[in-house]
Amino acid sequence: MFEGVPIHWFLVLATAMFFIGIYGFLVRKNLITMLMSIELILNSVCINFVAFNKILFPEHLEGMFFTLFIIAVAAAEASVAIAIIINIYRRIVNIDVEKMNEMKY
Amino acid sequence: MTNNQFMFLLFSAVIVIFSLLTVTSRRILRAATYLLFVLVSTSGLYFLLRFNFLAAIQLTLYAGGIVVLIIFSILLTSQINDKLAIPPVTKRIYAAIAAIAGAVLCILTILQTEFVQKTFDPARTNIKTIGEGMLSTGKYGYALPFEVISVLLLAAMIGSIILAKKRKD
Repeated sequence: MFEGVPIHWFLVLATAMFFIGIYGFLVRKNLITMLMSIELILNSVCINFVAFNKILFPEHLEGMFFTLFIIAVAAAEASVAIAIIINIYRRIVNIDVEKMNEMKY
Repeated sequence: MTNNQFMFLLFSAVIVIFSLLTVTSRRILRAATYLLFVLVSTSGLYFLLRFNFLAAIQLTLYAGGIVVLIIFSILLTSQINDKLAIPPVTKRIYAAIAAIAGAVLCILTILQTEFVQKTFDPARTNIKTIGEGMLSTGKYGYALPFEVISVLLLAAMIGSIILAKKRKD
């Protein structure tokens, strides 16, 4: 049991963070800032899992394990994305999405 | 207002304010720093919920690893003194409409839902329970995703090395 804070507060916080991430993903043009927005989105989902685990189903640690796996997948995704970004920068010396209109080798 | 509520409101205010600064800041290195603040206060939320192991993982892996990786790639690919271009007004308006509409829809749905909160205190989440859960194959065991994650991390490591290394041509 977790005293004082109802689960709705956690869910509203995670929703706000998720949609701030969506806004950033839609507005930004730089690839690295878009990656940061994706990290915000993943992080908000983690908060949801943890809050559900602690407040609604505290018998087992399911939400915690899912959050661990989400963090691992986020780390893998960030490393591959940054490798791609560096490769693109080496080719066209720019990392704006609008400059990337050809994917030919 | 209880202690838990105060700490929750503090952390959530930090999270929301710095998330907004992350997506609106025009200097890219500052945006990465604001992202670091968001991740650290998320780890504070995990500490508040007594998930100590998860909070430590969040601090070391997210705030320590991913943010450092992002900052390295910023230093490799961007001019620090340059400011990012302001996105056009129509784009910002459409994105804000999409985000606010989605947020309002989700928040209304959340507030109308009745959740049944458990009232008993479970056993403390010590590291022994976590380790046994990671490696057991029975019910509530996560041996298969654990192994799949290890293969995924290996593949991501090899893939990013191959992608980022210099071509000989």
